[in-house]
Amino acid sequence: MSQVEDVIKVEGLTKVFNHSLTAVDHIDFSVKHGEIFGFLGPNGAGKTTTISMLITVLKPTAGKATVLGGDIAKQSLAVRNSIGVVPQEYTADEDLTGYENIILCADLYGIPRSVSKKRAMDLLQLVELVGFKDKRVQTYSGGMRRRLELACGLINRPKVLFLDEPTLGLDVQTRAATWNYVKMLKKEFGMTLFLTTHYLEEADALCDRIAIIDHGKIVVIGTPTDLKDSLGGDIITLSIQKDTDITELISKLEHVKEVRKENGGYIIKTASGEATAPLIIEALRKNGHVVTKLSLAKPSLNDVYLQYTGKSMRDAEESRENVFKQRMTMRRARQ
Amino acid sequence: MSQTETKIPQTYPEEERVSKNRFHGLWALTNRDLKKWYQNPVVFIIGIIQPILWLALLGKAMNMNNLFSSIPGMSQAAVNLAMNHTFGTPDYFSFMAMGMVAFTTVFTTAFVGISVVFDRRLGFMNKVLSTPVNRSSIILSKVISASIRSVFQAGIVTAIAYLLGLQLGANFTAFSVFGVFAIVFLIGFGLSSMFTAITLRTTRMETPQAIFNLITLPLMFASSAYFPIAQMPDWLQAVANVNPISYTIDAVRRLMVFSDGYGPILTDFAFVGVFAILVTVICVVLSWKYLNK
Repeated sequence: MSQVEDVIKVEGLTKVFNHSLTAVDHIDFSVKHGEIFGFLGPNGAGKTTTISMLITVLKPTAGKATVLGGDIAKQSLAVRNSIGVVPQEYTADEDLTGYENIILCADLYGIPRSVSKKRAMDLLQLVELVGFKDKRVQTYSGGMRRRLELACGLINRPKVLFLDEPTLGLDVQTRAATWNYVKMLKKEFGMTLFLTTHYLEEADALCDRIAIIDHGKIVVIGTPTDLKDSLGGDIITLSIQKDTDITELISKLEHVKEVRKENGGYIIKTASGEATAPLIIEALRKNGHVVTKLSLAKPSLNDVYLQYTGKSMRDAEESRENVFKQRMTMRRARQ
Repeated sequence: MSQTETKIPQTYPEEERVSKNRFHGLWALTNRDLKKWYQNPVVFIIGIIQPILWLALLGKAMNMNNLFSSIPGMSQAAVNLAMNHTFGTPDYFSFMAMGMVAFTTVFTTAFVGISVVFDRRLGFMNKVLSTPVNRSSIILSKVISASIRSVFQAGIVTAIAYLLGLQLGANFTAFSVFGVFAIVFLIGFGLSSMFTAITLRTTRMETPQAIFNLITLPLMFASSAYFPIAQMPDWLQAVANVNPISYTIDAVRRLMVFSDGYGPILTDFAFVGVFAILVTVICVVLSWKYLNK
């Protein structure tokens, strides 16, 4: 397969369940070679449905998508051969050992045993599970299970790796370790990664680009920085000793976009908080004002997320099957 | 070797990845299910104890021979004649024990449906579906592993029945055992395909259990497992005569405990074989349609 610029290309992809529930509604996006692309959204927004279509497990109702140049509907076998999948659930067999599980995955890809034995050992080394390879998976901790899933997803040496909620239910340490693996796969192996998450800090820390999906539609796509900038920049909160109006004075300064007086203080929107803060202090001192309090806040991805998806909680009706799967995942993650 | 050994190269030979065998992964999946069985001592031992209980309790309690011989004035010869006439063997235990071979097959294969639902619920099914493994292999692995288990269980039941006093008929030869294994494998194939087909779209645990309870009872009692078909009312005979379990049991009895020749044993094999092929084909075709939603 030749190098494809857009590793994943999605045009008008749609999935309607039972002729009534539109889970994914005409979405378009593309993922470039070597990129970590994050799919973010509330529960029931269509993340898992989208990833399921891309890994050829669900058939799209309408639209088109290609992965590494292969059509997900018409060339599904070629797509399956060249992608790796790390599902949300812990799919490794509890009754088998870690090593047996990896070999099982290799067999599913039709990798001859002569090749897979060595590859399995390499991967166990990569995810630091060599010491536990002959232990049954039921004795593994959540983090170990996650690493084993990762190893299984890499057995066919995929060019694109799909990760569905890779850190669901994991503790902070294991989550950080998982992030390191993801970063390493991109850096060392030049792999393209597509991941879904609803942890914002995860998307911020890992992803080169993010798409926020809600109600089956993509509401915004961009780099984490661009998305944060799109909210209008940083916020400086300021109080001074005297009760004189300084709105006009600050408005004239460089980078400042908006000044608002509120509760005896001032809220200043600026393109760059770091650059503006010294200017404000300098200008106020020149005019004989004394600054009593100053704080600087940068918009987080949280703010971006809430801006685009709204603050209401999602009580999306979930299928029994999905609820069960998620409960199992959370429970096993904490083992 | 150096650290770079673990690195995933950008380019790699295609033949290292893509299998040319259409059914790659079939044995791996089958073996997974088998391992869950034979590596789990509890499941394995219960599978052996259960037929012992059935044989010892039901088989020995229903002592037809005593039923007749306790009648005043009945000679043992008359009892044997009556028993032979009705059951084809003078010993009801031997008659029923061979019915039990089919009975354990129904139970063993019924659990396939539950394992399909489990794989779906735990996400294993989706994981497998995202690999290039043939969709038919996913289903066939379930069917083959259940058939192999059925054959093993049939062997256990036969061995236990022998220890509890099974009276082998004049038809019995060393090859009979292989004949029993063959027909059990066929019926196991058919039944597990049937149970798998029923659960292909199910996500609820309760559904296969309910269906299993609904099907097994008529499947067992509308067959010759406990009672000869000739003595049944007409309407029940009609059902029993199309029940593949009846044909399986007939073949097993002819091979093991009957003494009057093999009779229509080829018909038995043909009927069960056609049933197995038909149901498996239907199940595989349904799996193409329903495994990918």
